[in-house]
Amino acid sequence: MKDLLVLAREHILQPAGLDAQDLQRLLAQLQHPAIDIADLYFQSSRLQSWVLEDGLLKQGNFSIEQGVGIRAVSGEKTGFAYSDALQMPGLLQAARAARTIARSGSQGQVRIPTQTERFPLRYEPLNPLDSLSDGEKVALLHRIDAEARKIDPRVKQVIASLVAVQEAVLILDDQGQMHGDIRPLVRCNVHVIAESGQRREQGSSGGGARTDLGYFLAEDRALHYAREAVRQALINLEALEAPAGTMTVVLGPGWPGVLLHEAVGHGLEGDFIRKGTSAFAGRLGERVAASGVTVVDDGTLPARRGSLNVDDEGTPSQCTTLIEDGILKGFMQDRLNARLMGVPCTGNGRRESYAHLPMPRMTNTYMLAGDQDPQEIIASVDRGLYAVNFGGGQVDITSGKFVFSASEAYLIEGGKIGPPLKGATLMGNGPEVLTKVRMIGNDLALDLGVGTCGKEGQNVPVGVGQPTLRVDGLTVGGTQRP
Amino acid sequence: MDQQPAETLARLQQLVQDLLREAQRQGATAAEASATFSTGLEINVRLGELETLEHTRDNGLSIQVYFGRRKGSASTTDLSTAAIRDTVAAACSIATHTQEEPCSGLPDAAHLAEEIPDLDLDHPWDLTVEQGIELARICESAARTLDKRIVNSEGANLSTQRNLHVYGNTLGFLGGYPSTRHSLSCALVAREGDSMERDYWWTTSRAPEDLESPEQVGRRAAERTLARLHSRRVPTGPAPVLFSAPMAAGLLRNLVAALSGANLYRKASFLLDQLGTQLFPDFVRIHEEPHLPRALGSAPFDGEGVATRAKDLVREGVLRTYLLDSYTACRLGLVTTGNAGGVHNLRIQPNAGDRASLLREMDRGLLVTELLGQGVNLVTGDYSRGAAGFWVEGGAIQYPVSEITIAGNLKEMFRQLVAVGDDCDFPGNVQTGSWLIERMMIAGA
Repeated sequence: MKDLLVLAREHILQPAGLDAQDLQRLLAQLQHPAIDIADLYFQSSRLQSWVLEDGLLKQGNFSIEQGVGIRAVSGEKTGFAYSDALQMPGLLQAARAARTIARSGSQGQVRIPTQTERFPLRYEPLNPLDSLSDGEKVALLHRIDAEARKIDPRVKQVIASLVAVQEAVLILDDQGQMHGDIRPLVRCNVHVIAESGQRREQGSSGGGARTDLGYFLAEDRALHYAREAVRQALINLEALEAPAGTMTVVLGPGWPGVLLHEAVGHGLEGDFIRKGTSAFAGRLGERVAASGVTVVDDGTLPARRGSLNVDDEGTPSQCTTLIEDGILKGFMQDRLNARLMGVPCTGNGRRESYAHLPMPRMTNTYMLAGDQDPQEIIASVDRGLYAVNFGGGQVDITSGKFVFSASEAYLIEGGKIGPPLKGATLMGNGPEVLTKVRMIGNDLALDLGVGTCGKEGQNVPVGVGQPTLRVDGLTVGGTQRP
Repeated sequence: MDQQPAETLARLQQLVQDLLREAQRQGATAAEASATFSTGLEINVRLGELETLEHTRDNGLSIQVYFGRRKGSASTTDLSTAAIRDTVAAACSIATHTQEEPCSGLPDAAHLAEEIPDLDLDHPWDLTVEQGIELARICESAARTLDKRIVNSEGANLSTQRNLHVYGNTLGFLGGYPSTRHSLSCALVAREGDSMERDYWWTTSRAPEDLESPEQVGRRAAERTLARLHSRRVPTGPAPVLFSAPMAAGLLRNLVAALSGANLYRKASFLLDQLGTQLFPDFVRIHEEPHLPRALGSAPFDGEGVATRAKDLVREGVLRTYLLDSYTACRLGLVTTGNAGGVHNLRIQPNAGDRASLLREMDRGLLVTELLGQGVNLVTGDYSRGAAGFWVEGGAIQYPVSEITIAGNLKEMFRQLVAVGDDCDFPGNVQTGSWLIERMMIAGA
C-alpha cells in the first residue's frame, strides 16, 4: 500500500500542479519571529449521496469541495484566510492576509518541508465512492425499503439514504513537517413513519464508519437498520405521555453516551478551559464523578466514525483519559491551546473544512465498563425512566447545564420495564450529574456511527459510548405530573 | 471587499449558462443551476485584544439535471472548466439511476419571476481591519465595564459579508443580485460566589448604519448575563409560559417547518390536512413579506426562480396556505407558493403591549429567555426542551430559573396562545414579539 503522504499529494497537489517549491514559497510567507504556529491545510473531498423515498430512488448528489486554509498564530492571536482555488496567486494572497496578524517585520528562516514520523493507521486509505457500483448502491436502498415495509402494514413512509465521502488532507506546519491523511466515511440512515388510526409516529436508525460501503452489506447491517427503525416507530405508536420531574434514570448502553459528550465532553475542551469559561476550569485533580467512573476520548479506535490517523493539525490521534475513577485527569487540546497552557497536544485539533479554523474537538468519547449486570441495574429501580435511544443534545459550558433528548424510553415500575413513553428531553448539570451515577453496567457499547458534533458553527463526525448506567436524579421533561 | 459586483455577477451568470449548456450538451432535457460567490471579514476581540481575524472567500456552483422526469444533482467549489464538465457529468450519471417521478422537473414557466425588483439589499461596509477591531473593542469594553461581576468574556465578534447569487434554468430564467449582511455580537461570563453564567446579545443588518451601536450591544449582553446569576430551579408543575420575543421566533420556525411541503407530502408533519382549519385564536395573523426593502429575509425570487409574493399564512387564526415549492406543490395537488428554500420575512401581528404588560397579564408563571436542545417532534407536535428564564409572581420577575424543562404539544400551544407582544427587539428573517402560552408542564425540582 502507498504511503498516506504520497497519496495525499497525488490527490491534492498533482492535479493542481503545485510542487515542493510552491509550498516552500507559501510557508515562507508565514515565517516571522512573532509567529508561533503556522500551517497550510489542503483538503480535497468528494461526496456522493443517494436518497430513496416513496419506494423510488428520487435523488442523488455528487459534490466536490476543495481548498486550502492558511493560518498564522501569534501569541493568542490568530490570522486566517482560505482559498478554494489551488493556484499560487490566490494562495499567496491568502497567506499574506493570514500573516497580517503578526504585523510587519522581516521574514524568518524557511524550513524545508519534510515527511513526518509514521503513525499507525486507524483506517484504510480507500475510496468508498467506488466501493460499490452505483447500481449496487441503488439496489441496497431498495432492499432496505422492502425490508421495512414487509415488517408491518402500518409502515407508511420509508426514507433511506446512503452517503460516501472521501476526504484527502495534506497539512504543512511551521515545524517543517508534512502530514497526509486519506479519510473515508460512509453512512446509511433509515427513517420510518408508521400510522395507526389517527396516530402517526416516527422511528429512525442508521450507522456508519471510516470504511467502504461493503460495511452495510456485511452482517446484514443495512437491513438491521431498517428493522430497528420500524421497531422504534411501532413502539412509539403505543407510547404514553412521559412523566415530568426529577427522577432516577437508567440509560441504556451505546448511543445514550451522548450524555457524556454534553455533560462533560464539551466542558473539557482546552479552549474553554484556557479561557476559564468552562464550569470545569481549574478543577483538575478534583472529584467530578462517582468512583468507578472513567471517561476517555479515543481517536485511535479502528475505523470508528470519530477516529483519525492524525488530527487536522498533524498530531497523531491518541486515547486521552478525561476522568479516572471519578477524578478529573485531563483535557482535550489543539496546538494553540496546548502551547498557551504549556501542556502536550492530545490529537483533538479538528476543523470542519479548510474554510474553518481548527479548535479542540472530541473524537470518540466513552465511559469504560463497570461490573454490574444491566438486568440488576434495572431491577434496582423502584420507579424511574429507562431511556435507550436518543436524538441530539446541547450544553451551556459555563453554567454546566445540558440536555439530551430521549427518542425511546420506558417507565420502570417495581424494578421491571413498563410501558413505552413518548420522547422527552432529559436535563442535568454537567459537573454534578456524574457524581449521581450509582451503578455502572458491564455492557460497554459504542454507538452505531451516526454522531455529528456542532461547535461554533462547525460540524465534525464523532462517536460516543457507555455501559448501562443508573443516574439518581435527572430532570425528565415529560407532560404528566409524577 | 475586493470585488466589483457587476463584473462578478456577469462572471457568475456566465458560469451558470456554461453549466446549463454543458448539461444540455450531455443530453439533459432540462436543467437548473446556481452560482454563489461571497467574501467577508470576521473579527473576534477578547479581553480587549484581537483574537482571530478571518478573511472569508467562498465559491460554489450547483447543477440539477433532468432527463425527462429523472433527476440528478451535483455541486463543486472548483470552478475550472474541467471541474464544470465533471460536475455536470456526475449529475447526469446519477440521473441514469434515479427513477421517474411524475412531479420532478422545473417550475411552470408562468410562475417564474418576470422582473427582479431591487430590494435594497446591497450595502457593503467600507471598513478597515483596524476600524473593525476598534468597534468590537468598544462593544466588549461597554460590557466589561458595566459591572465587576462580569469577570470573563468570550469576546465581541464583528462580521461583514457580501454575497452574490445567481440562479438560472433552461426555461430561460437567469437572475442574480448582490446582498450584504453585517453583524456584531458579544458573549460574556458573569460570576458571583458559586454562580457562573454566560449570555450574549447581537445585532445584524443589511446596512452597517442599521446596526445597533456597539455600546448598546455590549451593555445588553452584560445585562442579560448578570440577570441570570444565582438561578434556581422551580418545582415541577403546570404554569403559564411567556416566551421572550427571540424564543417565540423559534415557535414560528417550528410552524414554518410543519407547514413546509417537504414535511407535508412525507406525512412528517403534525399539520397535515389542516388548510382552512383554526390553528390559533381569532386574533392571530401570521404573514410573509418577501419584498421589504433592506430586510434580512427579503428575496425577489425563491430557490427555483419563482416570484416571491406577500401572503397571509394564518388569518383570523385560520391556516390559509402551506409553504411549497413546485415539486411539493405537485405532490400535494397544489400550486407553488414561491417558498423553495423557505420563508422570506415572516411576521406576526401583535395583540398586546410590551413585555411588562405581558408579565402583568401572566401574573404568575415562567418567562423563558433560553431554550436548549432539539426536543421538537414535527410528526406529532410533541415539544419538550430545556429552558432558562425567570419566575414571575404578581406580574413581576422574582428570580432567575435554570435546569428545568418545559413540555407540551405545539398544536395545543398554538391554540393556547393568549397574547403576542409588540416588543420585538431582535433582527431576523422571522420576527415576533413575546408569546404568552396559557399552560405548559414545567419539570424541575
